[in-house]
Amino acid sequence: MNRRPEDLAHHTLTVKVENKAGVLARVADLFARRGYNIVSLAVAPIQNENFSRITIVVNAESAPLEQIVKQLFKLINVIEIIELPADKAIARELLLATVEIAEDDRDDLIELVSRYDATIVADAQEMVTISLESDPSLVEEFETALEQYEITELQRTGAIALAKIGQNVRRVHI
Amino acid sequence: MGSQKPDDNSPLRINGAQALIKSLEMEGVEVVFGYPGGAILPVYDPILESPIKHVLARHEQGAGHMAEGYAHATGLPGVCMVTSGPAATNVVTPLADAYLDSVPMVCITGQVGLAAIGTDAFQEVDTTGITRSITKHNFLVTRAEDIPRVVREAFHLATTGRPGPVLIDVPKNIVDAGNPDAYFDWYWPESVDLPGYKPEMTPSETSIADAVALMMTAERPVLYVGGGVLKARGAEILIELAELTNIPVVTTLMARGAFPDSHELCLGMPGMHGNYTAITAIQRSDLLIAMGARFDDRVTGKVGAFAPDAKVIHVDIDPAEHGKVRRPESSVVGDCRISMEMMVAQLKANGAPEALADHTPWRQTLSGWQENYPVTYEQSVDGELLKPQYVLERLRDLSPRDTIVASGVGQHQMFTSQYWRFDTPYTWVNSGGLGTMGFSIPAAIGAKAGMPDRTVWAIDGDGCFQMTAQELVTATVSKIPIKVALLNNAYLGMVRQWQEMFYDDRYSEVYLSHDMPDYVKWAEAMGCVAFRVEEVSEVDAIIEKANAINDRPVVIDFRCVENENVFPMVTAGGSNDDVLVAPSQQPMLDKERGAAK
Repeated sequence: MNRRPEDLAHHTLTVKVENKAGVLARVADLFARRGYNIVSLAVAPIQNENFSRITIVVNAESAPLEQIVKQLFKLINVIEIIELPADKAIARELLLATVEIAEDDRDDLIELVSRYDATIVADAQEMVTISLESDPSLVEEFETALEQYEITELQRTGAIALAKIGQNVRRVHI
Repeated sequence: MGSQKPDDNSPLRINGAQALIKSLEMEGVEVVFGYPGGAILPVYDPILESPIKHVLARHEQGAGHMAEGYAHATGLPGVCMVTSGPAATNVVTPLADAYLDSVPMVCITGQVGLAAIGTDAFQEVDTTGITRSITKHNFLVTRAEDIPRVVREAFHLATTGRPGPVLIDVPKNIVDAGNPDAYFDWYWPESVDLPGYKPEMTPSETSIADAVALMMTAERPVLYVGGGVLKARGAEILIELAELTNIPVVTTLMARGAFPDSHELCLGMPGMHGNYTAITAIQRSDLLIAMGARFDDRVTGKVGAFAPDAKVIHVDIDPAEHGKVRRPESSVVGDCRISMEMMVAQLKANGAPEALADHTPWRQTLSGWQENYPVTYEQSVDGELLKPQYVLERLRDLSPRDTIVASGVGQHQMFTSQYWRFDTPYTWVNSGGLGTMGFSIPAAIGAKAGMPDRTVWAIDGDGCFQMTAQELVTATVSKIPIKVALLNNAYLGMVRQWQEMFYDDRYSEVYLSHDMPDYVKWAEAMGCVAFRVEEVSEVDAIIEKANAINDRPVVIDFRCVENENVFPMVTAGGSNDDVLVAPSQQPMLDKERGAAK
């Protein structure tokens, strides 16, 4: 997997929080106030609905990762933080894109879609909507490749990640 | 979570307002500083039946600083209560002040009814949103039956771990006696259930052993003591630690009083306006033991040039302070008092004091600096107005040893820290981190409310005085007889000093005048006894008169010279190695520095 140089400062944190009103705002506010850069952020409840998990990809060039983790952990509603280095994590991101496509380019596009294991989820002749669920770096590559076409709309979810089975990752928790 | 019901098994049916006051009683609250208004009105009704004393401030900011002053002086959480909207925004400054100085405080704000939240209703602001980054935590309560639990949690959060302000925002409908849904069966939670909050009080044995190993061999160690020692009630064990190890102590602005100024190991305050010895001891140290201190920029100056030869032991209960500014060689995460107790035991086990490195040459060097570069000033000549330093020396010497001193922010604050002799913990109340002008009068009122038997002096500047003087009405009406020493130099003195030193004497918007307003008349109008002093010969007699008055607040308008500067001084962003001392001492220091090069 080829990672771009700017990705090297990116770290994925999965943050288990109490599922209460305003918790996401507290996390976002902390990043804004202390000048930490968020690359992406995804949030949803986990199995136990009293808790949610926020997956944050941070740019550790803005502040040392250790300081980001410690400040996050001071939030009363934060239960656990797991630092996931790229080589120890399974990461996934979803991309949806609607692309205008000339008839002549259709074969190339279909080839690109199949190369990345993406799917055409809607096809209206001059426009197609494509879905890709993959490792975030592949999603990034795919997005770049799509730019040769006329992209009407594109949306990514931000990464979510879990530790690879058997990998020892750093956990900060109570 | 368990709950407790009255013995007769018939639950006490209670509304949210009654529950809120009852919860404060359960937390042992004796005094609330506040100001009523629309959304908080229902909560003010049951106060009439409560043993809790309410002090009616004249501005919500005053109520907030009173709660802080109370907490500083007593160690108990200060409580303030105000209404929604503009009242909530008026307590933003005290909340930020308490946040930066880790002051335990619980602030209750009224809020519009739940149904009106988000509609831009009258006196509605997003209080929890506004205060999110300046509180340790905040709550918007949505159900009356949550009130006891939230109050319990708020006090727990405010007073444990690294203390701080906690805000509870209470919508009007859940405290409204006319709303059937505002009633529930009273309970008091036996414990708090905060799954994301478990502060580590006790440090690991290995971290203590590592720290002590460094202490055993250091030749030029310094204990750099911050406000965390006071928050941890650690003053006694600090003396034991310092005496056992013969390590000199500097006390930061937030830690004045944590170690007696009169102790032979005390070097006084470091930092931008610290004394030469305290600053230079840190710079030349080979081991800096940061005890509940946070390497604030006013202490470090240029971080890259701060204590360049020192290894650092950092003791702090807040893990995020470790490595935030300076990476420590040894990190002790825990309560300062417990950490020092463990250090003392470990040091003794390691053979201290005999087995410690010899600190005699270091102590001799420090004594030499103390002799050559004490904090000093020149007394006013005939016909000149008073020197603020002189006034402070006389106040210090003529007031009881355990007098509580509350200061505003600026030159007078630095002079007070330099010239007062703090020999007792919890006698210094000031705004360190936020630097809030106008802090002293309301903070002094809060301190006096908590410690009524103590003499409480507010040391104020003329700029600060004009920001919060109206609280002297509170002091008079509520019979909280504080004393105010107004060091009136007709200027925003610290700003004036910077304009003199860094803006080529270009004085922009810093002149206030000695006699507009007439401070004596103003103080008298607020029910105070007021004096004016312009000559050195009058100073003692008036201070003695003021100290003898115990039934009303007193204000002394000390007319001070306009152009006194605070020295020593490390310029902002400059290295501590380039500290400027008093003009009379500077030539000698320059000569020494020249010789050293």
